Amino acid sequence: MTHIIDAMPLVGDEQELYDVAVLGGGNAGLCAAPAAREAGASVVVLESAPRHYRGGNSRHTRNLRCMHAGPSQLLTESYAEDEFLSDLLRVTGNNTDEGLARLVIRGSAGCPEWMRRFGVRFQSSLRGTLHLDRTNAFFLGGGKALMNSYYAAAERLGIRVMYDTEVVGLDVLDGRFRGATALAGGRSLAIRAKAAVIAAGGFESNLDWLREVWGEAADNFIIRGTPYNTGTLLRLMLDAGAQSVGNERDCHAIAVDARAPKFDGGIVTRLDCVSLGIVVNKHGERFYDEGEDFWPKRYAIWGSLVARQPDQIAFSIVDAKTADKFMPSVFPPMAANSIRGLALLLNLLPDTLDATVAAFNAAVRPGRFDHAVLDDCRTDGLTPEKTHWAQRIDSPPFWGYPLRPGITFTYLGLKVDERAQVLMRGGEPARNIYAAGEVMAGNILRKGYIAGVGMTIGTVFGRLAGEEAARHASR
Amino acid sequence: MPADELIRHGQHVMTVCNACRYCEQYCPVFPAMEQRLTFATADLTYLANLCHNCGECLYACQYAPPHEFGIDVPRTLAKIRARSYEDYGWPPFLAVAFRRHNLLTGTGLAAGLIALMFAATLVGNGGTLPRPAGDSDFYAVVPHDVMVVLFGGVFLFALTALWIGAVRFWRDLDMEGVATLARDFRALGRALRDALTLRHLHGSGADCTSAEETRTPWRRWFHHCTFYGFLSCFASTSVAAIYHTVFGWQAPYAYTSLPVLLGTAGGAGLLVGLAGLLMERRRRDPALGDPAQDGLDQSFIALLFLAALTGLLLLVLRERAVMSALLIVHLGVVLALFLTLPYGKFVHGIYRTAALVKYARESLRV
Ligand SMILES: Cc1cc2nc3c(=O)[nH]c(=O)nc-3n(C[C@H](O)[C@H](O)[C@H](O)COP(=O)(O)OP(=O)(O)OC[C@H]3O[C@@H](n4cnc5c(N)ncnc54)[C@H](O)[C@@H]3O)c2cc1C
Ligand code: SF4
Ligand code: SF4
Repeated sequence: MTHIIDAMPLVGDEQELYDVAVLGGGNAGLCAAPAAREAGASVVVLESAPRHYRGGNSRHTRNLRCMHAGPSQLLTESYAEDEFLSDLLRVTGNNTDEGLARLVIRGSAGCPEWMRRFGVRFQSSLRGTLHLDRTNAFFLGGGKALMNSYYAAAERLGIRVMYDTEVVGLDVLDGRFRGATALAGGRSLAIRAKAAVIAAGGFESNLDWLREVWGEAADNFIIRGTPYNTGTLLRLMLDAGAQSVGNERDCHAIAVDARAPKFDGGIVTRLDCVSLGIVVNKHGERFYDEGEDFWPKRYAIWGSLVARQPDQIAFSIVDAKTADKFMPSVFPPMAANSIRGLALLLNLLPDTLDATVAAFNAAVRPGRFDHAVLDDCRTDGLTPEKTHWAQRIDSPPFWGYPLRPGITFTYLGLKVDERAQVLMRGGEPARNIYAAGEVMAGNILRKGYIAGVGMTIGTVFGRLAGEEAARHASR
Repeated sequence: MPADELIRHGQHVMTVCNACRYCEQYCPVFPAMEQRLTFATADLTYLANLCHNCGECLYACQYAPPHEFGIDVPRTLAKIRARSYEDYGWPPFLAVAFRRHNLLTGTGLAAGLIALMFAATLVGNGGTLPRPAGDSDFYAVVPHDVMVVLFGGVFLFALTALWIGAVRFWRDLDMEGVATLARDFRALGRALRDALTLRHLHGSGADCTSAEETRTPWRRWFHHCTFYGFLSCFASTSVAAIYHTVFGWQAPYAYTSLPVLLGTAGGAGLLVGLAGLLMERRRRDPALGDPAQDGLDQSFIALLFLAALTGLLLLVLRERAVMSALLIVHLGVVLALFLTLPYGKFVHGIYRTAALVKYARESLRV
């Protein structure tokens, strides 16, 4: 089977034969490329985005999770293989390929040192906003700085990087990659290589595809990361007979401020006040226990909770008592001195919101508020109850934040083996096609998520895919 | 950009940063920002003067222009910094008058002063320049008393203006005032160390960047040459003044004397440092700075460079006939330099050190 989109004439100037073509220039791609180059291969990276927006979702990240035996400059205490694995099993409900998971976990131990060779810098663990210093190594300056380091290293190593170059067609015959077609500034290019690494992320930015899966609700989703992860390569590979992992409907989504931009709003659009107050839908009614568990353990369910509400919108409401208890938000709160006034600002019916708040306030049982523990402040007699951190909402000014589902990434991916080789539907590995990063993360996480594991998977598998692709090309 | 628009943009930038915090280990600006939830003008002034413009946070920012959030911390803080030079300058009318001052007006001022001094000297000497024969007697050209009154006056004026500016800046920044400062020895010590070593030009372990991944130590080393060169020249003048007033030893001093040695070393440091800084500026990504401020910086750099150059030439040629003319040029440049000192780039050293003191106090408290 050959899959080429051949609407435009091919331009002849890219007929050079590379050893390895890396398709997608995020973290996984930029780990694969230098790994392949250092193994002696000639390498080209094709990246959809223009230079400024290179680096996909990876440019929005801040850390990766690393197993380690003892404290170091970047990580405190220790984090053993089994603990890492049990953390992973817990969030995925045991739904993982343990062999691949262990491969990632063991590989993670060497990541910081390997990354440093390419100029990547880390924060020291002494200070940090999040309490993840034991398990996660933080990039100095975040993911964009990380990607800048990798791209500079790629240039030093003599890797060809083509920006603004979107792969739109793959020439794959019986599981063998022969070339790719790309669109570069309106021109069509053919790129030939002895091996390919697919590192183009999920399909979270493809609004049509999201609509296919989610229906009209998808129109109200906000895409937290890059607009360039359209899933084109995922679809082309599936069409070419690759085996999939994960469910098309599964995605990681959190509740973000509804005023966030449609794409690329990144980390700053999240809202950390949900557990401190109440959340109502557009009818002014509560729909879920806001105090179920610590916010970091719960924030990832709120994306789908909001997605299931009418018009995919909800409102977090807090009062003056809690104003300084959460990370400041990038958008100012809607503020009013009465609940009715706030309702008007939020476009809710004043009577219903007033009734909801009154009922909530009446149900709050006395307790000692402590946001650092699962405290005994709860409601009694509500559906749903709020089981922790329930305090009356009675101190003006009242603040409201509108919420929408914000998709981080999708889980559907390509099945791979322990050499990062893509598996075809018959179970046999594709001869010269490898995958790394979000596009194969579903092998390890089909659902659930623990902070920093996406970048770990991309780094370990990116490096592996690059090395394996280079080895194949040298044969 | 009008003042309130600039402040609003600064508030927007800091609000986004505060929700992000990815840059928190580059420099003190981010930890200082994290201790605040809202950003009044005084907070922004403080943060802006704490920024050393190392450049890292522009390239690290996933929201940098053309992203719709338009987060450009280095440039925004540079603009707010420039505003603070104007807002705290004293007397205010001069601060306003000099706000758009640039290479042309700076050198123009120097040229005007030189012309005036030439005219005065010609008038005072019956139409000719005095030609002290071979004994490099500066006072034969410009009488000692004139020198003391003119330069002492301008120097005192500059010092007063700088002092008042610094006090006003400090008051706005730090409500606790200077009274408790003496007790904060540790904070003071830390701030001075950080200022004198330019710690935050290599604070995150690497040198500051001039364009994305291009990091070189040159900017720091040239700045060191400039700053310590300036100090050395200052020391030279002070020693000479002591020689003159305390010991009654008359200039010119021998080539191996302390004032001449200090002056020569300082002048050389200034020449190398300033030329280097100019070169580094040219190599730097313009997106890191405030283009409107370039003139201000260039004027200061040019005047300081010319002062050092003419000073050194004077030393070498002090026994030649051109000495009289050279002396007048040198003095004119130095006058222009001191007159503009309180309203230009020079004050960054004072405000930044003050900001560092505040930062050290804040971080020693938590
Ligand atoms: C806001 C946010 C914060 C996050 N924070 C973290 C974190 O702190 N730690 C963590 O581990 N994970 C985090 N994640 C998840 C993380 O971003 C991903 O796991 C990781 O970036 C995946 O890397 P990747 O290289 O596979 O994909 P990406 O980095 O998304 O790269 C894919 C690249 O492929 C390119 N591409 C796509 N289609 C094509 C095509 N057809 N042709 C050519 N190029 C194409 C894209 O332009 C893009 O550059 C975060 C995600 C978001 C959205
Ligand atoms: S400059 Fe950008 S990346 Fe750095 S803290 Fe601010 S918003 Fe975040
Ligand atoms: S330019 Fe450098 S010193 Fe200034 S705020 Fe950014 S990181 Fe800090």
